[in-house]
Amino acid sequence: MSTKLLRRTGFLAATLVAGVFTGAQAAEPIKIGTFLSVTGPASFLGDPELKTLQMYVEDINEDGGVLGRPLELIHYDDEGSASSARNYASRLVRSDRVDIIVGGSTTGGTMAAAPLIEQSRTPFISLAGAVVITDPVKTWVFKTPQSDRMAAERVLTAMQERGISKIGLISGTGGFGRSGREQTLAMAENLGIEVVEDVTYSPSDTDMTAQLTGIRNNSEVEAVFNFGFGQSPAIVTRNYAQLGIELPFYQSHGVASNSFLDLAGEAANGLRLPASPLLVPDSLPADDPQRPVVQAYKEAYEARWNESVSTFGAYAYDGLQLAVMAIENAGSTDAEAVREALENIQGYVGVTGTYNMSPDDHNGLDADSFRILEVVDGDWKLID
Amino acid sequence: MFSEFLQYLFTGITIGATYALIALGFTLIYNASHVINFAQGEFLMVGGMATVSLMGMGFPMPVAIIAAILLAAVLGVALQRLAIAPAKQADPVTLIIITIGASIFIRGIAQLVWGRAYHSMPNFSGSEPVTIGGAVVSTQSFWVLGVGAVLVVALVLFFTRTMTGKAILATSMNKGAARLVGIKTQSVLLLAFLLSAILGSIAGIIVAPITFTAYDIGIMLGLKGFVAASLGGLGSGMGAIVGGLLLGVVEAMTAGYISSDYKDAVAFGMIILVLFFMPRGLMGARVVERV
Amino acid sequence: MLNSLIKNRLSGLLLLTVIVFILPAFFSNPFHYDMATQIAIFATTVVGLNLLVGFAGQISLGHAGFFGLGAYFSAVMTGTYGWSPVPTLLVGAALVGLLAYVVGRPILKLKGYYLSMATLAMGFIIAITINNEGWLTGGPDGMPVPSLSLFGWELSTFSVYSFLGMEISGSLAWYWLMGVLLILGVWLAQNLIDSPIGRALRSVHGSEVAASVVGVDTAKFKNLVFVISAVYASLMGSFYAHFQGFITPDSAGFMESIIFVTMVVLGGMGSTLGVILGAVILTLLPQLLADFHDYEMMMFGLILMLTMIFMPKGLLPTLSRWLGEKMHKQAEDKA
Repeated sequence: MSTKLLRRTGFLAATLVAGVFTGAQAAEPIKIGTFLSVTGPASFLGDPELKTLQMYVEDINEDGGVLGRPLELIHYDDEGSASSARNYASRLVRSDRVDIIVGGSTTGGTMAAAPLIEQSRTPFISLAGAVVITDPVKTWVFKTPQSDRMAAERVLTAMQERGISKIGLISGTGGFGRSGREQTLAMAENLGIEVVEDVTYSPSDTDMTAQLTGIRNNSEVEAVFNFGFGQSPAIVTRNYAQLGIELPFYQSHGVASNSFLDLAGEAANGLRLPASPLLVPDSLPADDPQRPVVQAYKEAYEARWNESVSTFGAYAYDGLQLAVMAIENAGSTDAEAVREALENIQGYVGVTGTYNMSPDDHNGLDADSFRILEVVDGDWKLID
Repeated sequence: MFSEFLQYLFTGITIGATYALIALGFTLIYNASHVINFAQGEFLMVGGMATVSLMGMGFPMPVAIIAAILLAAVLGVALQRLAIAPAKQADPVTLIIITIGASIFIRGIAQLVWGRAYHSMPNFSGSEPVTIGGAVVSTQSFWVLGVGAVLVVALVLFFTRTMTGKAILATSMNKGAARLVGIKTQSVLLLAFLLSAILGSIAGIIVAPITFTAYDIGIMLGLKGFVAASLGGLGSGMGAIVGGLLLGVVEAMTAGYISSDYKDAVAFGMIILVLFFMPRGLMGARVVERV
Repeated sequence: MLNSLIKNRLSGLLLLTVIVFILPAFFSNPFHYDMATQIAIFATTVVGLNLLVGFAGQISLGHAGFFGLGAYFSAVMTGTYGWSPVPTLLVGAALVGLLAYVVGRPILKLKGYYLSMATLAMGFIIAITINNEGWLTGGPDGMPVPSLSLFGWELSTFSVYSFLGMEISGSLAWYWLMGVLLILGVWLAQNLIDSPIGRALRSVHGSEVAASVVGVDTAKFKNLVFVISAVYASLMGSFYAHFQGFITPDSAGFMESIIFVTMVVLGGMGSTLGVILGAVILTLLPQLLADFHDYEMMMFGLILMLTMIFMPKGLLPTLSRWLGEKMHKQAEDKA
């Protein structure tokens, strides 16, 4: 029994090895590589991102491809681990020899892969949020989501408009929360807002009551801002409601998805956050240039995958569209030409916002691309 | 001030009670077989996820819960029969790796069947929290503490009043002698895994309304349970309960009074310190090593 | 043939050397070098860990802590403070060795699972500290690491060097470097095993009580081997950081510790060549399973579980015994 099994595993292993070491080298299709956190703690980013890429690559190919060549999507799952992300990036540029990379769900994965991708001179559009990815500018690295600095700026100015000057900050100790916390502290100082409570939670924490109690008992706090992603902010939201804290409550763009509403339930009512208009496509004014783009993406995604759309998937949509646009503008897949074309994209209206790239700005968005939404009766409502 | 302390205490005891139940699961299996079952956390996950998914199909909550516990029980039996029993002669560390492999495998299947999203479960009774001495306590906390206490009492009765329970105890003390007096040690092992799986799945279900549940929730909770079991002293039921509660309370107090950045580090530091002075945990038995 | 090669220490080393030098003939692109170099780094780490687990019988579930400390010491000192890489990694290894000596004394008095628990806790404290002290370590998103300069060369996997009139790519240079270090690491480990210290260690594995009765200072030897394995891990951590060019706290984390121990157990505890095989398999397996996407995790768990159930002594010892039996049988049949 065991030898038979062994033989089978041996055969399987041999087939697998053969598969890895003889990657077909056909030159015809344009190869788009991606490494995403499809499983693991950041799967709520990677999963919709992969689905979006798969769907639109199919669509584009049905319409005749790009420059008359079909697109080929090569994707790997980094499971949220930065070193896997780096290894898969290495496989993409060295073994699969892709023309462009659209991927990297997390900042850790993106930053770990970036030095290698830079050296290989491959255009790279990251789907991760932290400001360090494009500031300082790296020659070959671009990104589609607004940076956490913009989210902090948008939330803090919105607070200021409501006359709030002293806040309590709670943030996750994962990469997203840490970077967000730093940006918030820096931005608060710029805007003259005082952070009177500053507490954190680990992404694996199952109860944040202890941290929130400190904030509740500080009478100086006028509003609370939570910077984190994953399921933790939903726990924070629930604990916040349980403790009966009545102060205005803001979250980051890290929870801008319907699954957050499902998890947090009634406790989410009244909280505000910066998000892309994707969550409120029908509230956009008719003359808003983003309106048709946002509606089309939402419809297509929900029809194809039978699940509600998320803003994270939209980062991949914009990444892919930018890549295609750059290849078309460059007229070839020559790496340097594509990179230059990317850098010169102006006025691309995407789901996340309107992109104006330049040699000094490899993100191309500004803080206004965030809309402030409020949760009303378990649904999103456009405030600003 | 006092209300703050009370708040941290309640938070700590609730999560600590969960750790204690997981630690008891480790203890049951450890006593019967000297195996540390790293797949213990997956019983929690299966309990929570199966309940949520059955409720999603329209089953009423009690039915979903019973079905989920049964599923976990089957899984526990399968784990012992298919993965642990065939590897009789293996080193303890090999058995650890087998259980790690099993936990990855179970998680992989759960991810395929139930997807990767987090799911919420409604409180068993009412969402309005209760206020005690200025501290706010969710009604689910009482469920966790109540069910935990009932399970502990049931286990104590089982081990002191029933022949089967006594047989398990005898096997954990001396396998050879137990076999001589006619105890079927293989069945005892099976029973230990079965009980441990049931205990784990119940813990996973009662805590799910507080923590949410997902295919990977078992990793961290399982680890914390192992930590609690070692802190209390491996093999000691009382130790598992004390270890679990202590771990939960220390975590909550650190998060509240010091900094949540180092909450886990404080907990782990405490363990090193305890083991330094009490090398067999707080309540571990002093065992003379046989040559 | 193969069996006796594996059993005999010297020919085992010879076999490894031959494999390391022949292997590039089968590589068709730099990604293969990339993987092979990482395998060499992990293999050397677990050759060190195997001294502790396989020979002294002490299970460490926090070894990635030492690996991560070495990596971060190199990253911070060369990156932020401009130290030269090679002296830095040596200083780092010395400091990590010192730390292992200090924590090892109380921890190694513990037995069995309590020792595992204490090393696990130590590993966690290291990983949490790296994660939290962002001003120094870049926090959870990690930090970049400058490339390794060796004898005046900047060793980058994308450069080309000329050496004795030959063109050598950076990938190849890295591969040779780590391959030679692996052979060196194995040679040192084998010397240690065959020395009086090694014999004392194996007696600790057999029965600690018996060993101490016959006058072996078990605490001293255990602590010594703990320090040695930590130094192996720290050095390899430093090389790993330079090779990757970027380092995150994951490298010091619990999962990484588990992977190291799994490499040892899967390959074959106490078999130096076996644990190298363990490193090869656990590094390649995720790449091989990558095309299974959704099924990847399930298959990984299944393979791990089945291998350990059917080969509880680990891959290499089981295979070599199996080969031995087969040959023995053949010889009997002929007779």
